[in-house]
Amino acid sequence: MSAPSTPSAPSAPKDETAPEIAAEAVATTAAVPTIVLVGHGMVGQRFLEALAERRVTETARVVVLCEEPRPAYDRVQLTSYFSGRTPDELSLVEDGFMARNGIELHLGDPAESIDRAARTVTARSGLTVAYDTLVLATGSYPFVPPVPGRDSDGCFVYRTIEDLLTIEEYAKNCASGVVVGGGLLGLEAAGALKGLGLTTHIVEFNPRLMAIQVDEGGGTALRRTVEDMGLIVHTGVGGKEITADGDGAVTAMTLSDGSSIDTDLVIFSAGVRPRDQLARDCGLEVGERGGIAVDERCRTSDPAVYAIGECALAADGRVYGLVAPGYEMAEVAAGTIAPQATETTETPGHFTGADTSTKLKLLGVDVASFGDAHGTADGCLDVVYSDSRAGVYKKLVVGADGALLGGVLVGDAESYGMLRPLTGSVPPVAPEQLVLPAGLGAPAALGPSALPDEAIICNCHNVTKGAIRSAVTDHHCATVPEVKKCTKAGTGCGSCVKALTSLVNDELEASGVSVDKGLCGCFGYTRAELYEIVRTLRITTYARLLDSHGRAEARQGEGCEVCKPAVASIIASLAPTLGASGYVLDGEQAALQDTNDHFLANLQRNGSYSIVPRIPGGEITPEKLIVIGEVARDFGLYTKITGGQRIDLFGARVDQLPLIWARLVDAGFESGHAYGKALRTVKSCVGQTWCRYGVQDSVRMAIDLELRYRGLRSPHKLKSAVSGCARECAEARGKDFGVIATSNGWNLYVGGNGGADPRHADPLAQDLDDKELIRLIDRFLMFYIRTADRLERTSAWLERIEGGLDHVRDVVVEDSLGLCAELEALMADHVAGYRDEWAETLGDPERLRRFVSFVNAPEAPDPTVRFVPERDQVKPDLTVLSGPTIPVRTLEGTASR
Amino acid sequence: MTLAPGAERTAVRVELLVDQRWFAICELTDLTPGRGVAALLPDGAQVAVFLDRSGRAYAIGNRDPFSGAYVLSRGLLGSADGRPFVASPLLKQRFDLETGRCLDDEMVGVQAYATRTRAAVSVPTPIV
Repeated sequence: MSAPSTPSAPSAPKDETAPEIAAEAVATTAAVPTIVLVGHGMVGQRFLEALAERRVTETARVVVLCEEPRPAYDRVQLTSYFSGRTPDELSLVEDGFMARNGIELHLGDPAESIDRAARTVTARSGLTVAYDTLVLATGSYPFVPPVPGRDSDGCFVYRTIEDLLTIEEYAKNCASGVVVGGGLLGLEAAGALKGLGLTTHIVEFNPRLMAIQVDEGGGTALRRTVEDMGLIVHTGVGGKEITADGDGAVTAMTLSDGSSIDTDLVIFSAGVRPRDQLARDCGLEVGERGGIAVDERCRTSDPAVYAIGECALAADGRVYGLVAPGYEMAEVAAGTIAPQATETTETPGHFTGADTSTKLKLLGVDVASFGDAHGTADGCLDVVYSDSRAGVYKKLVVGADGALLGGVLVGDAESYGMLRPLTGSVPPVAPEQLVLPAGLGAPAALGPSALPDEAIICNCHNVTKGAIRSAVTDHHCATVPEVKKCTKAGTGCGSCVKALTSLVNDELEASGVSVDKGLCGCFGYTRAELYEIVRTLRITTYARLLDSHGRAEARQGEGCEVCKPAVASIIASLAPTLGASGYVLDGEQAALQDTNDHFLANLQRNGSYSIVPRIPGGEITPEKLIVIGEVARDFGLYTKITGGQRIDLFGARVDQLPLIWARLVDAGFESGHAYGKALRTVKSCVGQTWCRYGVQDSVRMAIDLELRYRGLRSPHKLKSAVSGCARECAEARGKDFGVIATSNGWNLYVGGNGGADPRHADPLAQDLDDKELIRLIDRFLMFYIRTADRLERTSAWLERIEGGLDHVRDVVVEDSLGLCAELEALMADHVAGYRDEWAETLGDPERLRRFVSFVNAPEAPDPTVRFVPERDQVKPDLTVLSGPTIPVRTLEGTASR
Repeated sequence: MTLAPGAERTAVRVELLVDQRWFAICELTDLTPGRGVAALLPDGAQVAVFLDRSGRAYAIGNRDPFSGAYVLSRGLLGSADGRPFVASPLLKQRFDLETGRCLDDEMVGVQAYATRTRAAVSVPTPIV
């Protein structure tokens, strides 16, 4: 256990007049010039890649001195170590990169001195390397405030993988921890401690969290959300003293206001300082407040020496602590060092400053700031939207001329990708509409088509709208997958795929290409068209549909993984009407279902399945709870309460599913369809029966609805909720169909959604009695099933279909198309035909045959499905699955310790 | 997989080539067109065995190289340009059933096995 390392105070005399060394590098060694890189962090690695791209590595010897025992890794994602990413997975060095480019990497051997006159660098091991060009990428070190006791056991900094490993080990014997610093990294560290099970305090000297990025309002919203997560926040105070016990281990921290926190561990995360000691020691020019001074080509006061990344004081007088500007500097330096031959490549020749806009997810909270976030421009005005209940705060700074100057977004940074590119221009809609939540503002008017070409659509891969358009127009990509392959857009987290698809389609239409709206490579029809074909021609098998209505080249083929489940769902929805079997595992249907439907359970990452018995309305007797508990205990299952008021049982092997369900069915449970594109749950609050505010029996209504629509196959999952009064505790407006009690009956809302793309449900009808309510929901659901696209939730469907909510209301309330009788009859067929899939499966030995791990060893359990303990339950043992996974990343060279 | 005990009858057996030797996996009737099953090889390796619409059998390694999980047998079959593939049930990457190559990432592949069907009076090779 070591105390945080604090580099010694600046001591070397400042050499204001840089030594006069000839600009032309004199080759000290024979013909091969040597480039020495000091520091192998993110920026260092980017520099090496930039050298390799410019083929400098082919003609120059490149030597890297690295202090850490491992090659460059993704420091930005450091905290993801605590959510399961291994150090290897964090590595940024592609397999074979060093060997392929002939780069000599010395791990665990930091540079200790530079002799500029002799042009040599000496490392800790005594290794001395002569250089022609020296590049310093030493990064920064954590600032540790001078608090007495800061070198006690249990005091840490949060900067390297090694720091995290040490913290994790030490925290095993700790009950509580303090993080000093409520900035970006401090919040991450606090989240990590919380995740390790410690009572966690954050001590921030400023009056609010993330003081640099967000303003007071944003800080308040952030604080509330952070506190809701169970972290304890102290702002406007600093650490005064750390107390240790007889063994020198931390026991408490006294704050500047005199209060004291009992703690076993302290993490300092109070900012970083450029690591410029090496440069100071050899007389390079450094800034007054630190940082190695460089020009716009990243050259220091010695033209043979460059500095890049966080250790550099850029030409605009700032030290950039973000990775993107560091990468830019790496490119500039490599472009400058590379021979002139590459003058024509798009080297960004100069680094004169960078945009420090940021968007991040901290402890699960979106935080973004961009442009003039603090409103420092003359005459600027703020437009603020604040919803403390939802933890959302948005502020836009608008100039006197109406131009958007900057902003702060906390809790909902969805619009960041759209707002940042608009900075500096007058937005196409009023700024107040830009901060309102979706559904209330006018985001439709600001779809991807309204964005300028510079707008970043894919944040993961930094792909602009212009690049996507060019993929279609210049590179002739005609489909979304082609554009993805060409630009990498949408291949990271996937959250931009919707915007990407809409852009690609717009561009294709604009260039006169007719957009193929077909379901997949097998069918040129949309799902809604296929539904009509199946319904009117009474087609009951996939093969017949493919061979009669598939694309010419797909007929007689195998189909694909996209259309098979979609067609299976259509046939299942219409089964009672077509006279087909509604049981999803019969005959050909068995081959069409995704694995979840096939095994009537949810596949998890290690090949095991989870089980969710139906608990209508979330109401359950103690006896049934006990059965679930006993089953979970007897089969060693991990149990978790779901968001839909049910209980999920994880970790069943395929061959255990029938045994588990035999006991559940015996106790009166039935399938919860968590595995299907079908009705999931109807959540409810406790309602009038118990609650003093309730005006209707919401639980009974929720149970009635859940039992009515259970098993209904639809284009996507369906969720519902019933609230017993206007306080809306069941969150019905976040559901596909939500019901809220009034003193006169029920209000029906449709098209709500939670998840990544939240949308409040729209009111469809008011003050309905029970019968009217159910009739409207019958019609609404059947109309949706009939007309929606594959995997299109009601929210997206409602926004897409022509006429939107008004049209749907016309059809299902006013019966403008004369369809309602038919829709109601379809639902009546469904209700009458419902049978529990699990009870049916258990009753039929033929259907049970598939539930084995191995066809040639039906008794053998799958040895790769194994578990290890965690928090008194189990979790998948992923080590049995290890072996070459993709992407394959092995460490370069071998760490010497 | 169940066989009537002791019943001697003509069955069509699915076999695959392992180390130059044909190894019986199961009967043709154990397979559903368009779907797969998992099977154990004598050395403990897992294979995924599939049957297409026309009744042809294919076999590839059962381990999904993207997730490490042994689940490829539970994917859905499809065809692209006339060649059959299976889509991993986890993240949907597709693997050519004849070569084992991943269609969505050319650097990735799984082992493919030659298969044949044989009429025989027998029960499948016992395992364990």
